[in-house]
Amino acid sequence: MKYLDEYRDPELARKLFDEIDRITTQPWVMMEVCGGQTHSIIRNGIDKLLNENIELVHGPGCPVCVTPLDTIDKALAIAGREDVIFCSFGDMLRVPGSTRDLFQVKGDGGDVRIVYSPLDAIKIARENPDKQVVFFGIGFETTAPANAMAVYQAKQLRLSNFSMLVSHVLVPPAIRAVLDSPVNRVQAFLAAGHVCSVMGFSEYVPIVEEYQVPIVVTGFEPLDVLEGIRKTVVQLEAGTPAAENAYTRAVNFDGNKAAQTLIADVFETTDRNWRGIGMIPGSGWELSQRYADFDAAERFDVGDIDTQEPEICRSGEVLQGLIKPNECEAFGKACTPRKPLGATMVSSEGACAAYYTYGRFIEIEGVTA
Amino acid sequence: MSDGATIDGWTCPAPLRDQPNIVMGHGGGGKLSAELIEHLFLPAFRNEHLEGLGDAAVLELPAGRIAMSTDSFVVRPRVFPGGDIGELAVNGTVNDVAMAGATPLYVSVAMILEEGMPIDELAALARSMAKAADHAGVQLVTGDTKVVDKGHGDGVYINTTGIGVLRQGIDVHPKNVRPGDVVLVNGTIGDHGMAIMSVREGLEFESAIRSDTAALNHLVAALLEADINVRALRDPTRGGLAATLNEFAAAGEVGVVVEERSLPVQRAVASACEMLGMDPFYVANEGKMVVVVPPDQAERALEIMWADQLGTDAVAIGEIVANHPGVVVAKTAIGATRVVDTQVGEQLPRIC
Repeated sequence: MKYLDEYRDPELARKLFDEIDRITTQPWVMMEVCGGQTHSIIRNGIDKLLNENIELVHGPGCPVCVTPLDTIDKALAIAGREDVIFCSFGDMLRVPGSTRDLFQVKGDGGDVRIVYSPLDAIKIARENPDKQVVFFGIGFETTAPANAMAVYQAKQLRLSNFSMLVSHVLVPPAIRAVLDSPVNRVQAFLAAGHVCSVMGFSEYVPIVEEYQVPIVVTGFEPLDVLEGIRKTVVQLEAGTPAAENAYTRAVNFDGNKAAQTLIADVFETTDRNWRGIGMIPGSGWELSQRYADFDAAERFDVGDIDTQEPEICRSGEVLQGLIKPNECEAFGKACTPRKPLGATMVSSEGACAAYYTYGRFIEIEGVTA
Repeated sequence: MSDGATIDGWTCPAPLRDQPNIVMGHGGGGKLSAELIEHLFLPAFRNEHLEGLGDAAVLELPAGRIAMSTDSFVVRPRVFPGGDIGELAVNGTVNDVAMAGATPLYVSVAMILEEGMPIDELAALARSMAKAADHAGVQLVTGDTKVVDKGHGDGVYINTTGIGVLRQGIDVHPKNVRPGDVVLVNGTIGDHGMAIMSVREGLEFESAIRSDTAALNHLVAALLEADINVRALRDPTRGGLAATLNEFAAAGEVGVVVEERSLPVQRAVASACEMLGMDPFYVANEGKMVVVVPPDQAERALEIMWADQLGTDAVAIGEIVANHPGVVVAKTAIGATRVVDTQVGEQLPRIC
């Protein structure tokens, strides 16, 4: 398939592995920020083929994983209302709230629909004027333009039966939070290519300067990931940290200006509580005052939310790269994709789910990477 | 077999054309029910067993063991690129019987209709079932119709049950697979699931993805008649190829190794899967079968499949190994390995 097969070429992959081996002289720890990259790394077995000096730490960039529990509980309360059609991306449906998930709400008679774009929810709102249509607007900077466009259109259309439950999160403050942690081991970052296709990578320059860590914009296919790792190792070995782009076919320095303008109109920065990690100042977007009428959290009084996380779930440590998923006692036992304790076991972008799906819980006899 | 009913072709003096939609009475066992059978189903399915309209079809079977299978079909939308629920209901059950190594002969049809279903559409479904039965060489010999209140069904649900007979000595249970055996598939995977998804969710891809729904019994017969020592047969429907291979690994207490790059996937299906974050490994098929054969018979089995229009893209995708019993392992594109587990529930399209 064009634009895919050439980025999965085993010959070229082998050359990149060899080149990384050649230039690596000492141990390095780097974090791939995005869950999509984690998925690709585990699915393709990239970490198994890398030389042992390079440790990949899986970052917090799984949007459904870090959506705060109280927001999920709010979503469940809203979705359960008789007057509501609740629209969401597919992988939110199995994320556990305090007591249930959106699938269970659907099973109990709630009108919960999987959509592929927030604009589909606008269409549903226009077709169902007697219902309140709520879209679960979560994600990193990647999904923000489409979510912003939906709210913008709703306002243009004076769509009074549409609202959005917004819980956007932002990459740069999360990188700072990782670096500020007293237990941080991460020496470099593979930045999330899709996020940068929207935002560019100019905002990483001050982080590189302040913390002296390499940040390399990286794509998702095996060769993209390997090229990102190679560029990062080059910087680490030379001791010349920079914000660099290894995903030039999708990302430029300034990003998508039109998308950024729309985002700046519809959203404004707020403090955000990350599930499993905690409060990170200035790390989220909420609807701006101009669009406050479309805020589902305000429109529906869902009462007091009493959140409860399972005590044994260590997804917070996984999301911060402090432990690998299979180091959690519950992994593959009390916690499986069938009965996830934490969100990281749900989404295909969650590190725990990737480890489980691709069998990192079994020692396989006769199989070596 | 008749080309089937159209409302225009009806000769009944009490024309149901005044009744363009299914009403509760069509399932009541009275006149309306009888008319539906007589003027819609009978002309479409016509055969000597159905003709008598008795409570049960009385059938003669050749000597041997009997294979029997039942399945219910609830697909939405009812008509999709490459097929419809009627054709799917016949092919699905024919394939289940064929996957036992049997020759399917007779199929029953039970329909749960939702009040308000257009009779025109029902006639089209009946025609489509008749055509599928004709292709598969089976007869639709008995049936039932019930009607549920509007809002209590999804237009039509269809249950089919099929019976077939097995030749002496045929045993294609997954437990028979042995280390060294070769795993073959008769064509591209993931077509049906992505065809349904693309229409159900209103996704528009550059080229339409068509369901692969087809009856596989002739292809199975071709292999068995050529005395290919087929160790195991399965059609990878729900749960996709991954579920089937895991079944082989578990039942045979063996490992399965698949070359990821050898999996045949249509370009449009691969693109759609990439876009939605899905893996063709787990996507449903309705006209595919996985065949396990001893290594010295793989080439001949492939040649037989290539000669059939349902097997032109047949290919070897992997082998059975003694290592890691119960576990399916894929060799990834870049040369690493990963475990291919059975999917939990449905695949969910990811956020970005």
